[in-house]
Amino acid sequence: MATHTMPCPLPGTFYRRSAPDQPPFKEVDDMVAVGDTVGLVEVMKTFTPVTADVAGKIAAFHVENEDAVMAGQPLVDIET
Amino acid sequence: MSLKKILVANRGEIAVRIIRAAHDLGIKVVQVYSKADADMLAVRLADEAVEIGPAQAAKSYLNAEAVLRAARESGADAVHPGYGFLSENASFAAAVEEAGLVFIGPTADTIRTMGDKAAAKAAAIAAGVPVVPGSDGVLHDLGAAPALAARIGFPVMIKAAAGGGGRGIRVAQDAAELAALLPQASMEARAAFGDGSLYLERFVGRARHVEVQVLGDGADAVHLYERECSLQRRRQKVWEEAPAVALPEDVRAALCASAVRLAKACRYRGAGTLEYLYDGETGEFFFIEMNTRIQVEHPVTEMITGVDLVREMIRIAGGEKLRFAQRDIASRGHAIEVRINAEDAARDFRPSPGTVGALTVPGGFGVRFDTFLYSGCTVPPFYDSLLGKLIVWDETRDGALARLRRALGELQVEGVSTTATLHAALARNPEVQAGGVHTRWLEGWLETATLHPSSTNGEEAR
Repeated sequence: MATHTMPCPLPGTFYRRSAPDQPPFKEVDDMVAVGDTVGLVEVMKTFTPVTADVAGKIAAFHVENEDAVMAGQPLVDIET
Repeated sequence: MSLKKILVANRGEIAVRIIRAAHDLGIKVVQVYSKADADMLAVRLADEAVEIGPAQAAKSYLNAEAVLRAARESGADAVHPGYGFLSENASFAAAVEEAGLVFIGPTADTIRTMGDKAAAKAAAIAAGVPVVPGSDGVLHDLGAAPALAARIGFPVMIKAAAGGGGRGIRVAQDAAELAALLPQASMEARAAFGDGSLYLERFVGRARHVEVQVLGDGADAVHLYERECSLQRRRQKVWEEAPAVALPEDVRAALCASAVRLAKACRYRGAGTLEYLYDGETGEFFFIEMNTRIQVEHPVTEMITGVDLVREMIRIAGGEKLRFAQRDIASRGHAIEVRINAEDAARDFRPSPGTVGALTVPGGFGVRFDTFLYSGCTVPPFYDSLLGKLIVWDETRDGALARLRRALGELQVEGVSTTATLHAALARNPEVQAGGVHTRWLEGWLETATLHPSSTNGEEAR
């Protein structure tokens, strides 16, 4: 098993859920397919989905909900 | 009482604007900032600066507690909220006053009333300001609809009470169409929203957005003429003018007088804007809402009237009476403002945060650039994309358009993409030049327009 670390594609604010009253898109230990949404990044009031670039199991999130993120910063580990 | 130290509870270009007005009056400024804004221009220009939290606005510029603490600890005697953030938050305005400080704006009560759609509409009707004619709530009896529609005036819009975002809306051009559409609309509303309630409202197909600037001291109020902001994308204004080119003189007089009536009726204090829909085909105008703060596009009004609106707000907050009677305020020439946003117009307005490299700012007679940019500054991804506002004035609208084209050609912002390319194309567009636009025009035009990529090197679009 290899661990793949997804970098944040763009700078902004990271959200793990689509709205404050919604459950997170993915939790640790959830399975993901390529293209699954794992979070949102808000850049200048525009929301962009962050999608899994590999299939596997979520091992860890490196940032919390509503954390400020930089482009390239490690976001999530996926075990492939 | 005159103010000695103002806290600016905002960021970006409007913070810079407020600092300049305060300094012109010899007033000191405390600038609050988030961790992401430590090097912003307003921090550099202010006399003191206080960090109030992390980058996210919810934890900094929207954190009323943190802003109030900074105000108390720095010994400020007033708070200027700018626009956005806490500017129309009645509880914040009340908390500022309870802390013994002056809120530079209207009273919390005025903010609360005007922030409530129904209350604002009722206040407008009471002051004799026309509102969009409609059924005044849900239509209880479909049988009464034809007579009501005749009184409202065709075309009428049938709206599902439970709808929203443009869903559940039908437009009837005449009585026959209304009779055919009503039962259908009710059934559709019941099917789609589980509620068949409908209401009727006049449909303004080619609405223009006009708004009137007012200034009040809590007792008296004056208007400073109108602006037109019909060029919008996703309900965001991108280009504003003063005066509104489409208004006949008698309509302008009636519009501005109506705004003063409402401002006086609510004993308005500070700078405010009444927004209206204008139907160019019938010459009718309808009040939509009042913004109880300084607006982004206030400079076009300053350019045609010569009145520094932000400075007047501060003087009024310091206890001064209005320094102008209505007859003292004249409108001269024409002004245009374009919003320079950190967005790539050629790539669906994708946000473009980053670090600014070389910067060339337009200048010369009749040109003003309100911005927070400097060479080497950061444009953080956490806030809105407004980098600055390019404002031009000339004796005529044609002159102002020529000056705008010239000024846009001078603007160069390296490091981030800007919407300058969009404005360069609009300033050359025959329909824009003829003043024949409405609030849905820009989105229609963008569907077919070809904009050149990125303005980072100041290239013009055609």
